[in-house]
Amino acid sequence: MSFDDAYHSLTDHDDDARWAYGTGFADPLAGVPTALPEGVDRADLAAYCLMLGDDALVMSHRLQQWITRAPEIEDELAVANIGLDLLGQARLLLTRAGEAEGAGRGEDELAYLRDPGDFRNVWLAERADADFGQLVARLLVFSTWRLALLDRLATSGDPVLAAIAAKGVKEVSYHREYAAGWVVRLGDGTDLSHARMQAAIDAVWPLTGELFAPHPTELRLAEQGVAVDPSELRDEFDGVLTEVLRVATLGRPTVPAGPAPGRGRDGVHGDELTEILDEMQGLARATPGGAW
Amino acid sequence: MSARTLTAADVAATVTDPELPMLTLAELGIIRDVTESAEGVVVTITPTYSGCPAMEAIRADLLTALREAGFERAEVRTALAPAWTTDWISESGRAKLAEAGIAPPGPAPRRAAGPVPLTLGVRDDGVACPRCAHPRTERITAFSATACRELRRCPACREPFEHVKAI
Repeated sequence: MSFDDAYHSLTDHDDDARWAYGTGFADPLAGVPTALPEGVDRADLAAYCLMLGDDALVMSHRLQQWITRAPEIEDELAVANIGLDLLGQARLLLTRAGEAEGAGRGEDELAYLRDPGDFRNVWLAERADADFGQLVARLLVFSTWRLALLDRLATSGDPVLAAIAAKGVKEVSYHREYAAGWVVRLGDGTDLSHARMQAAIDAVWPLTGELFAPHPTELRLAEQGVAVDPSELRDEFDGVLTEVLRVATLGRPTVPAGPAPGRGRDGVHGDELTEILDEMQGLARATPGGAW
Repeated sequence: MSARTLTAADVAATVTDPELPMLTLAELGIIRDVTESAEGVVVTITPTYSGCPAMEAIRADLLTALREAGFERAEVRTALAPAWTTDWISESGRAKLAEAGIAPPGPAPRRAAGPVPLTLGVRDDGVACPRCAHPRTERITAFSATACRELRRCPACREPFEHVKAI
């Protein structure tokens, strides 16, 4: 492959393998043993993989919407890469959900052909960002919570979930560092950036309650050592947020963090998810069975 | 079928990475296993990052290279655990990265028990400039043209450069 001419290197092949966009990819879990852990309910494991997979898929889509809109090209690259990591995690988790379900659905069917009421993501993932401050506030909260979750999930009794989580820990550590860096820079910046960063943290805060409210599926699987009870993540989350807000000279929001306003784990969502799915699923639904 | 002069493992090892074409897959450390049997060749690889689009191209390149070397029946499988670490990039791979102006990764972070530690602000991660060898350089952004690289700059020669992040 030519290394000097990027365009040439893309076009000097006689197959389509370079065009890694769209649908119809190779199974990301090809060759990974598909056996389910003993005694675990298929429907529960499928639902749990959908929860974590949908969090990543929907958050990734929101991050992709920042491409061409970020304040600097470096941040464009960062947000795109973080979205790509999460999309990769989503592909693995949706594929695992399909295996656990056992009904022949793969990642494409699950990503493109489910209605909003079948999505299991938390509301934090679907919330649109009013400005860059809200993006980094949301990303800080999301990645701090997800890192604590994946770190515990790396010892799951489901070896596939454990492996996906162990890989994700390395990635989400960088996501959290990126978001925390911006929260500190804007919070400890000018009067204007401080005020807007505080407003962004305050705006995101009511969505944090849902993150720690366990769903019955999570509790059943946590009992079996397969899932993580999210209420156990609260102390680590609070410790990280307290430290970031302190260094950023920001106040802890006075708005209540709960009870959870959303019930995303049960498929109850706001209009924002419908808007995301219209955009994400439109092409796949318009061309059933199409691969590109 | 053409005459085979190489083993399947030899062929797989020499396929190059599409994003870092100075490195072979063996130097990148993603080939876990290559087996040949009557049913064909099975190459097991481990992904670098969950969302790395190069994995798709790597699968296709492996199958093409094996076919051209006379291995008509081949399959690429994934091994997720243990997760890939930059510690698996070989010495020759590191030398080639540096020669191409990309600072190779340092040792992957070792964690004590407990939560993943939070890093805030500037950290001295000991990345030397691949052009002038100045020992201390600064990060511009933790993400670059691919997820595995970050952008840095050298305060001595003033050149920006890429660095493969240690994971």
